[in-house]
Amino acid sequence: MTRWRFALPLLLFGLLVLALARGLRLDPHEVPSPLIDKPAPPFALARLDDAARTMRRDDLLGKVWVLNVWASWCEACREEQPSLLVFARSAGVPLIGLNYKDTRAQGSAWLERFGNPFDASLFDATGQVGIDFGVYGVPETFVIDKRGLIRLKLVGPLTAEAIETRIRPLLKALDV
Amino acid sequence: MSRACVAWLLALCAVAAVAKDAPPATADPVLEARMLSIAAELRCLVCQNQTLADSDASLAQDLREQIRAQLRDGADAAQVRRFMTDRYGDFVLYRPPLQASTLALWLGPGLLLAGGLTMLGSVLRRRARLSDAHFEPDRSEVLEVEGATR
Repeated sequence: MTRWRFALPLLLFGLLVLALARGLRLDPHEVPSPLIDKPAPPFALARLDDAARTMRRDDLLGKVWVLNVWASWCEACREEQPSLLVFARSAGVPLIGLNYKDTRAQGSAWLERFGNPFDASLFDATGQVGIDFGVYGVPETFVIDKRGLIRLKLVGPLTAEAIETRIRPLLKALDV
Repeated sequence: MSRACVAWLLALCAVAAVAKDAPPATADPVLEARMLSIAAELRCLVCQNQTLADSDASLAQDLREQIRAQLRDGADAAQVRRFMTDRYGDFVLYRPPLQASTLALWLGPGLLLAGGLTMLGSVLRRRARLSDAHFEPDRSEVLEVEGATR
């Protein structure tokens, strides 16, 4: 036993390296959301394209749907727009936008310019609904199941890869 | 540097100092102080190493306004913290709660300290038992011996 004592610091060092190496691969901006498997917060918001039409959370009960939080001032939203447009064509579920802390004119103009993948966009001028959804880094994407539970939250611009590996398999699993 | 120039700089500093003390966003200083004391213990998720009280991020401003509104409605600090953790998780708390997943965080430093002290104690005890022959003589003893032989 004592013959191998010299190896102990080396072993501890090895463990430390492993722990630090793992730390390098974690993204501190990916905060686990406490909302997963909890009911989506209730909301009643006017549509971006029609201030007279209100959409509520419970209108979507019984459907699997995807919520994407976006804004015209958000650079990263422009980045994810192409993959979102592709996704919208074959998603098979309602894709709802949450136009976060924007103005109607700028939000609508942005959709006109970069393409509109959404079945509808909700207009959240004050950002209150965004806060209730725990939004902190636009764009964010949520998947909500038939019972109205949030099943997935992705922060940051959607990539084609994230859509294929995270969203589509989940939609398939939920749509039974 | 001329005296006028120095005076100018001092004047500029004075202006800067005044400019920094912006009036609080609400007329009620008591409410503002309560809000800030709560916000100082919450992490801003946009710039993660700043508190909600320090951050200029627009989300932090909105959340400070949330806290003000909730305090005005009679909420206490625990309720405000609950509001934040319901949305953003325990990660926003600078003082994480003591639970199974945070045991290492809370007890780790104490355990490391206790382990270090135990090791120190055992090394010192072992060395106390060794005879003088195991140690190099102190420098002063060496000098004495050398002085005696000269």
